[in-house]
Amino acid sequence: MSSPVVHAHHAPQGFIRRWIFSLDHKVIGIQYYFLALFSVLVGMSLSLLMRFHMVHPDAKVSWFAHLWPTAAQGGIMTPELYLSLMTMHGTIMVFFVLTTAPQSGFGNYFLPIQIGAEDIAFPVLNMLSFWTTFIALVVMVAAFFVQGGPPLSGWTGYPPLSGIGPLAGPGEGLGQTLWIVSIAIFCGASLMGAINFIATLIDLRCQGMSLMRLPLTCWTWFVTAILGLLGFAVLLAAGVLLILDRSAGTSFFIPAGLMVSDQILSHKGGSPLLWQHLFWFFGHPEVYIAILPGMGVTSQILATFARKAVFGYRAMVYAILSIGFLGFLVWGHHMFMSGMSPYSAMAFSVLTMAIGVPSAIKTFNWIGTLWGGKIHYTTAMMFALGFVSLFITGGLSGIFLGQPALDLYFHDTYFVVGHFHMIMGVAAIFGMFAGTFYWFPKMFGRMPNETLGKIHFYITFLGVYAIFTPMHYLGIAGNPRRYSDFTNFDFLGKLLPVHNFMTQAAYGTAAIQLVFFINLFWSMKYGKKAPINPWNATTLEWTVPSPPPFDNFGGQHPVVNHGPYEYSVPGAPRDFIMQTDPVDVAHAE
Amino acid sequence: MPGSITSDIIKPPAPPRGGGYGGGGSDGRGASRRASMTGLMVLLAATTMAFAAFTSAFVVRRGISNDWVALRLPPIVWANTGVLLASSLLLELARRSLKSGRRTAFNRYWTAGTVLGTLFLLGQAFAWRQLNAAGIFVASNPSSSFFYLLTAAHGLHILGGLTALVYVDVQALSLRLGPSKRTAVDVSALFWHFVDGLWLYLMALFLVWG
Repeated sequence: MSSPVVHAHHAPQGFIRRWIFSLDHKVIGIQYYFLALFSVLVGMSLSLLMRFHMVHPDAKVSWFAHLWPTAAQGGIMTPELYLSLMTMHGTIMVFFVLTTAPQSGFGNYFLPIQIGAEDIAFPVLNMLSFWTTFIALVVMVAAFFVQGGPPLSGWTGYPPLSGIGPLAGPGEGLGQTLWIVSIAIFCGASLMGAINFIATLIDLRCQGMSLMRLPLTCWTWFVTAILGLLGFAVLLAAGVLLILDRSAGTSFFIPAGLMVSDQILSHKGGSPLLWQHLFWFFGHPEVYIAILPGMGVTSQILATFARKAVFGYRAMVYAILSIGFLGFLVWGHHMFMSGMSPYSAMAFSVLTMAIGVPSAIKTFNWIGTLWGGKIHYTTAMMFALGFVSLFITGGLSGIFLGQPALDLYFHDTYFVVGHFHMIMGVAAIFGMFAGTFYWFPKMFGRMPNETLGKIHFYITFLGVYAIFTPMHYLGIAGNPRRYSDFTNFDFLGKLLPVHNFMTQAAYGTAAIQLVFFINLFWSMKYGKKAPINPWNATTLEWTVPSPPPFDNFGGQHPVVNHGPYEYSVPGAPRDFIMQTDPVDVAHAE
Repeated sequence: MPGSITSDIIKPPAPPRGGGYGGGGSDGRGASRRASMTGLMVLLAATTMAFAAFTSAFVVRRGISNDWVALRLPPIVWANTGVLLASSLLLELARRSLKSGRRTAFNRYWTAGTVLGTLFLLGQAFAWRQLNAAGIFVASNPSSSFFYLLTAAHGLHILGGLTALVYVDVQALSLRLGPSKRTAVDVSALFWHFVDGLWLYLMALFLVWG
């Protein structure tokens, strides 16, 4: 019998070793998950403050004045404060929620188990990657509490605004510096995670687990890791250049002769466009990082609860790879209004349309998976179905934005805000909810409450459509984004009732998230004890106890004989064949 | 006693099967080595992307305005380049020695390579001092900004590589470099060769485009 794979480690003893500085990928996955949960609460609170302000821009709120004596004098939120909240909302949501939970949360927990490995490739590096992410979050949150407050240059941090220091306005001093430092730390953490995921998937698969037998979740975690690896390195480089512009007097991004606050700056010759290119070269793969794991989870869940193999597994794999590859070629579609040559715009536009093809293949294959299946409407399934719905809605508006002629109008309007919220702020989140309900029994050894889950699902589903669909209409009507106050403009005054509606919907949807949190924490302690395979699913995580032992397979080395989605195979004794079942259980070729 | 000089003369250790990569599966021997090599490749891909981004910024910044003044490289940089190349060569000789079981030779070559690597870093710091003395600082000109930026970013990677080289050296000199640490030797050396190649690329960039 060969020696254990990467290292021999015994079950850790002691609270600190088991729960704080754990080397166990499962504990680290849960740590990331709770980091994302905390971050989503912060991000959601910020968005509620923003939505409140948009319909009550002159409201005097006493505790605003307590929290922000300069930025909200007399309790009235200044435009600068609004923009700071907006910046931090976007940054925290994109980085600390959408880039952590689906990939580092679920991926860390389930990638090694689904491929039959006893741990991730480099456990110490994994532990470091979580704590580095944690430090990045601490630095980001610190920006709220420093002199001048958090930055107001948007999650995209465009210079010159972000590159010239406190002269640019409140939040552009220490707040902006902390923002850049936090993102830089996050880039490092992301790289550590990518090293682990890629090495684990390539080298630590168990016997029989060929690439084409991998669950689609593993494929998405793999491609997402590659996207993160290549993208975050570029963001880190851009961040370094920005810090140098701010603190060392260089002019990478700051042009000559810039006049700010009645002062002519001494920078010369830099280009703000350079930042845009570097940022969006990262920024576009980043949004695929946010959505791909949700796609993998959706495929997994649809197959499980339709009792049918994923339609067109091979096409799904190629689609994931294509989305990953093409994702690096379309960054210019965020810059159609930057003055680029129409020919460049055409090239980026064609490539953006091209990405619609693998995305559509995936969507049709999800529908094909459901077609003729025996559907079980569990909460996980509802969220997976919701993901498909929201992905279509959000994706369709992207096609409009990908046309330079249309983007001429839509750029910087609420149409864009509606698009990316649908696809990131909702579809991706639904992917996380779906994953939570699907894997909850395995992670916590108890079943989540289905009734609470369904209530949460239905109201959230209706709520998010209510919040974000009107944004498309607002965009068409010409409502600009990143404005803190619409009451000064006649043509926008007519649209205020729409904003009011969206704000009310936002309050309601935010409130119902309480049901999710109650369900989560109550079920963790008091839920019905979960069996090994409550969903009669086929992949390897359902062959081990709930929750799994510290080395996943109890010292055994699983041998895989089947593909990942052998449901309802004719001639088989049950309506599912597990990946580790013996070869001679009847199976289709 | 494994690792001692006398037993190596009497009986060199058997070479690892399959070049050290062993059989298949995560429980096969060599899975750890394969994983470490993959991890190294991933790290090198990320470093490449970061320097690609810096190169892109370099080319754009040089092209968009007329304030670029060509930087004259401080002369010591040439000596540093030679030192770095020599250190890579010595590490490679060390690896060959280890493969044929010549432990003493390995210790000598590896230590020499590590020392030269440290010398490179010191030489780079001296290059900065030379520039400072000539009144050229980070913000003096875009060309100098990039020189400091690129040498600093490269220097950080050298520092990381040196940490690995020193670790292996300490293990080797205290006779603790057993077969299970063979991968650490290879990964460190390969990373060092990469950082060496990266320096040659940066030199070419400075000379051709600077």
